[in-house]
Amino acid sequence: MPETKTTSAPAAAPVPEKQPVPQAALPKDEKTEKKSAEYRFPVGIVGVDMKEVEREVSANEPPPLPINEKLKVIGKPTPRLDGRAKVTGAAKYTADIKLSGMLFARMITSPHAHAKIKSIDTSAAEKHPRVKAIHILRNDHSEAQEQKEAGPAFAKIRYVGQPLGAVAALTQHDADEAARLVKIEYEVLPFVTGIEQSRKEDAPLIFEAPVEAKGSAGGGGGPAGVAQKGNVRGPAQQKRGDIDKGFSSSDVMIEADYRTQVQTHSPLETHGVVADWKPDQLTVYASTQGTDSVRDELAGVFKVKKSQVRVITEYMGGGFGAKFGAGNHGVLATHLSRKANAPVRLMLDRREQHLCVGNRPSSQQHMKVGAKKDGTLTALSLVNYGTAGVGTGAGATGPTQNLYTCENLLTEDYDVFTNAGPAAAFRAPGHPQGAFSLESAMDELAEKLDIDPLALREKNDESSARRAERKIGAEKIGWSARKPAGSTPGPVKRGMGVAQSIWYRFTNQDSHCQVRITRDGSVELLSSVQDIGGGIRTALAQVVAEELGLKPTDITIKIGDTNYPHGPASGGSVTTNSLTPAARNAAYAVRQQFLEQVAPQLHAKSEELSMSDGKISVTADGSRALTFKQAASKLKTDQISAQGDRKEDYVKTARKGKDRGHDSGGVGGVQFAQVAVDTETGQVRVERIVAVHDCGRPINPLALESQINGGIIQGISYALYEDRILDRQTGVMVNPNLDQYKIAGSMETPEIEIHLIEQYWGKSSTDAGPIGEPATVATAAAVANAVYNAIGVRVREIPMTPAVVLKALAEQRKLAKA
Amino acid sequence: MSKRDSFDLQKTGFTRRGFLKGAGVAAATAAIADGSLEALADSKFTPPNLLGPNAAKITLNINGQAKTLELEPRTTLAEALRINLDMTGTKVVCDRGSCSACTVFLDGVPVCSCMTLAFDARNKQIKTIEGLAEGDKLHPIQEQFIEHDAMQCGFCTPGMIMSCAALLERNKKPNLEDVKDATRGNLCRCGTYPKVCSATLAAAKQMNGSNS
Repeated sequence: MPETKTTSAPAAAPVPEKQPVPQAALPKDEKTEKKSAEYRFPVGIVGVDMKEVEREVSANEPPPLPINEKLKVIGKPTPRLDGRAKVTGAAKYTADIKLSGMLFARMITSPHAHAKIKSIDTSAAEKHPRVKAIHILRNDHSEAQEQKEAGPAFAKIRYVGQPLGAVAALTQHDADEAARLVKIEYEVLPFVTGIEQSRKEDAPLIFEAPVEAKGSAGGGGGPAGVAQKGNVRGPAQQKRGDIDKGFSSSDVMIEADYRTQVQTHSPLETHGVVADWKPDQLTVYASTQGTDSVRDELAGVFKVKKSQVRVITEYMGGGFGAKFGAGNHGVLATHLSRKANAPVRLMLDRREQHLCVGNRPSSQQHMKVGAKKDGTLTALSLVNYGTAGVGTGAGATGPTQNLYTCENLLTEDYDVFTNAGPAAAFRAPGHPQGAFSLESAMDELAEKLDIDPLALREKNDESSARRAERKIGAEKIGWSARKPAGSTPGPVKRGMGVAQSIWYRFTNQDSHCQVRITRDGSVELLSSVQDIGGGIRTALAQVVAEELGLKPTDITIKIGDTNYPHGPASGGSVTTNSLTPAARNAAYAVRQQFLEQVAPQLHAKSEELSMSDGKISVTADGSRALTFKQAASKLKTDQISAQGDRKEDYVKTARKGKDRGHDSGGVGGVQFAQVAVDTETGQVRVERIVAVHDCGRPINPLALESQINGGIIQGISYALYEDRILDRQTGVMVNPNLDQYKIAGSMETPEIEIHLIEQYWGKSSTDAGPIGEPATVATAAAVANAVYNAIGVRVREIPMTPAVVLKALAEQRKLAKA
Repeated sequence: MSKRDSFDLQKTGFTRRGFLKGAGVAAATAAIADGSLEALADSKFTPPNLLGPNAAKITLNINGQAKTLELEPRTTLAEALRINLDMTGTKVVCDRGSCSACTVFLDGVPVCSCMTLAFDARNKQIKTIEGLAEGDKLHPIQEQFIEHDAMQCGFCTPGMIMSCAALLERNKKPNLEDVKDATRGNLCRCGTYPKVCSATLAAAKQMNGSNS
């Protein structure tokens, strides 16, 4: 029996081979009959608290992988497989698809924030010599839906930029012209764009009936079944313990209001599709984070079988949560294609991208924190009003509920409807907002109690991952050299701050793939999953390569096509956690078939063989070996294949109760920021970020680093620059472009230092976890805390533009004078 | 944002105003003068060099190859490349010169192809992302982008690479600040800037190594 030693610290000498663990003890027949097997899994944080834990898993599941150090491919920095296609311009995105006879479409969108359509006259557009089809929508597919019978013939207009229809023509210029020829008569209604105004009793009513909005992958959309009065839907409430008792037993209290803005996703490739309607088959190229979600929605809208809809996403240019489902544009393009009997490309323009396909809701958060003198939290209360425009999902209380151990808690989230485009899931929905208030308040508490901010967190945070991360990060940033708030002499002041992340281990069991080996030695993996930039293509190749003893470049990854087995939608940081176990299970199953067939050639039993370095050899006698290609050529049939599925986690973790969101149920992340604030101009400059993260078993550290960089840079951009500005008089967005809607560029990017810790849970056949979302949760809060440390004045509002910073400084001076 | 404006000036030599005043004016005038054109035709007099508004034949020199196209004068270089020639490596993101995703070289100078009329690219050497590699041999900047993972979704990558390749043309030994400056107009929503910088510095080293 192979030994199962406890690996309390990483072994010094690399162990070359994966060890098939205890199942080998069982005679083969007995094994296949058994429904489950017991294995010892590595569990814990490498270098901190590794141990082995026994788990019972289905007999079809492969034995546990050892920690990364003992593996050859998984956990090693691996350049992405599609790198060459991307650097040469060969990669074809939806915006690049050109089909024979393809038409171009442009949407017709509303110029008004609130209106009823009296009539639509398409005659002039129809007369345009190069127009091939026009379609007018009956309802908006992206906003929250009223729970009532079908209404009037035309959709009610509730925001500027609302899609009303679309025109298809021979060229994009023709379509643009023709869209302007459609004459619409409106009955313009009073509207409201601000939260405060919308909450007033006499505010124009945005929805006349209660609404529900479908959630999307990644946590978009508000909770179901919540009360709605006027323009306010809520509260969605969470309670623990006794909040009043919590506050009465506290020694100190922090009470403050925090505000965050609306942020738009601004992916570089806009939303769009190329739809090709044929009598028996609809084929849609879509820039999406969920090929199957597009298929499902179109099959529903057009009342065809899902099997008759094929969605293809070979490459997509960013989504960040906004690209699920077909959307209005997908539905419109399909209608146009059906009417024109030709493929239709409908890509949104940059303005439409800002207006009608999603954003991160704003928040106005009233936070109350009670604590003992020693820093122990006794009560947390957060009431949040946010606007998701005509959508729902402005909740921002997640971090307050889940980050710290606090027995007494009350959180309330209210969605305030406004005449603005609907929100969508946006990278860690609700969490950058919620971390901004919670982690700022924790910093204020630390200041009030004169406790080091890290020590305060140590006291209230039971996550062992974040404990390790705080330690590493503090050392890297030089936390011990942190100066008292506002103590830098001169006008440019420097400061250092810290904030923490929380995210959860969501698993999508719609995660399947097939692995095939063909007699010529080629190996391929098929799944409908899409690579949104995180690099799942490469991670899947690594997992299959590890199992088959090959290199990632030996594996052909075919993804982004609903003709392949159903993959997960990429939202909520689920993809790697959900799909890599399915990939390993498939590779493991096909490996067993392969070895069964190859074994006789090597005069051995299949379980006596191992696969590594491109060879199949007898484990006990390395001289008896075949190359992978030689072995494949002996297959009885031209191809063998196996499907792999995402089984449930080996152990379940309660998402409620004491375990909520901690090691077993979620991931952490701690970020440190160093900033310089010019107190004369109000300019904040982030100089350095140290980010320490965990994501279970890291599969590809190279791509993980890239994602963490991205989370941080988006977080800085959110903290300092981005703001969707609506004109109060017209409801029009005044900066619907990429020059006035400011996203961080190379000059705003600080020095970033990333550390990944390796943590194992023993929960799936790869034990991979989330990273995309946690990487952006803490950044804005860390920057805000650093700004406080620099200037000694708390800025409770983002973006911290020069105007906001100067205002905070001026208020402080006024207070000092009084 | 002032940095973007200064970027436009520095990198393309164009400002929006200059663009309208200068190069684009011929096409604009032609469109306005349409009515009188017919009169001119009636008089059997065709003035030279007057094109549009309908499509006219032009030849563009792209990656060393002459391509003859029928284009309306309003067609941007980005549209001509992407739609007429199906050379989709060049991306269009903002379509107004604020993101540099559509960067190509015009006589060796990086420009935003969404802000350049195809007609104004006549008689110039156009180089696109598709022409950066020499056959199968990638440009060092492309190799290092792969090696350093200087991409995520990849949509900004062609423009980013063109800006970095241009930098290495004019500065053999750039430092970090030079790379940041050269890419200050290239927006990336995935946040690949740190790796773009490390990849470009590595490419510079690689090129210097092979030269010496």
